[in-house]
Amino acid sequence: MQAWAEEVHRELKRAGVRLVGYVPDAGHKRLIELCRADKSMRAVVLTTEEDGIGLAAGAWLGGKRSVLLMQSSGVGNTVNVLGLLKTCGFPLVMIVTMRGEAGEFNAWQVPMGEGTPAAFETMGVAVSRASTADEVAPLVAAALKDERATAVLISQKVIGIKSFQDQTNQ
Amino acid sequence: MKATLRRREVVKSLLSDRKKLLVVSGLGSTTWDITAAGDSPLNFPTWGAMGQAAMIGLGLALAQPKRRVLVITGDGEMLMGLGALATIGVQQPKNLTVVVIDNERYGETGMQTTHTANGIDLVGVAKACGFKNFSLIRKTGEIKKLETLIHKTAGPNFLQIKVIAEKLPLVLPPQDGVLLKARFRRALLGAS
Repeated sequence: MQAWAEEVHRELKRAGVRLVGYVPDAGHKRLIELCRADKSMRAVVLTTEEDGIGLAAGAWLGGKRSVLLMQSSGVGNTVNVLGLLKTCGFPLVMIVTMRGEAGEFNAWQVPMGEGTPAAFETMGVAVSRASTADEVAPLVAAALKDERATAVLISQKVIGIKSFQDQTNQ
Repeated sequence: MKATLRRREVVKSLLSDRKKLLVVSGLGSTTWDITAAGDSPLNFPTWGAMGQAAMIGLGLALAQPKRRVLVITGDGEMLMGLGALATIGVQQPKNLTVVVIDNERYGETGMQTTHTANGIDLVGVAKACGFKNFSLIRKTGEIKKLETLIHKTAGPNFLQIKVIAEKLPLVLPPQDGVLLKARFRRALLGAS
């Protein structure tokens, strides 16, 4: 499972990413493990997603590129702080595992999942979407070459979690 | 205990011999305070993104482990992002000091009281979050001693400095975010 995570990790290394902010998500489990195990990377677990924006802004001021990993539910938490990326022109790639899409087992995840692309677009973040596992790493690689703030959304069907039990077993 | 310190004098003193210090300020009064002490390309004064000053400082401290980083923010701004203190506690950046200029008020919105006016103890939070050094400062004599802490002592360090709640003339840094970012990077990293 999650072979795309190995590919994304390789792309992060290739692009010289040294700092990875994240709020854990079952869909990001493998990628988080790879980043944490990588001695050339500092993986910073956050208490809330908007803190990853501040972290990335500070790292860029200090000359280092970072990425932010989160679940779509956390995108709402970032909205005001996304303005920092736009106002100052900070580049940042955010890799977002989607919830609230086809196959969602928890109705409480649906509203923010549905609102995620629009929330990013409202705040001037470029959005791309991986509908299959093969599309994830190429989209991340393209986003890492972009000087803008970009979000790569990974469809829920790529993650393939269908129940709380699946999530626990991930 | 009634505060006696004046914020502009405190911040001016903290930045008086700043050497190569990298400085991030929280939106509102502390952005005006660091500018009143003398604008510098190595200041990143925020005008928005409330709650993120400490996280910007953490990102900077991790990216530049050989440089000293000072976050100067207000009590209201810090209270919006208390989780940052826990994250800093996990990361343990030795080169980071967070200073809260605490007037117990939301100064930009009508001087409404913050939680610190009601006894909420930010130094206690920093201590619980694993900061290496932490102090509550109330007296002028204590300010001079902070130079070593900010420039040399292995952190993370946290200072809560109680100041008089006063409205002061605004001293504005550039507002252009792209300019603030670019001048900071140029001064720190060189032309590229």
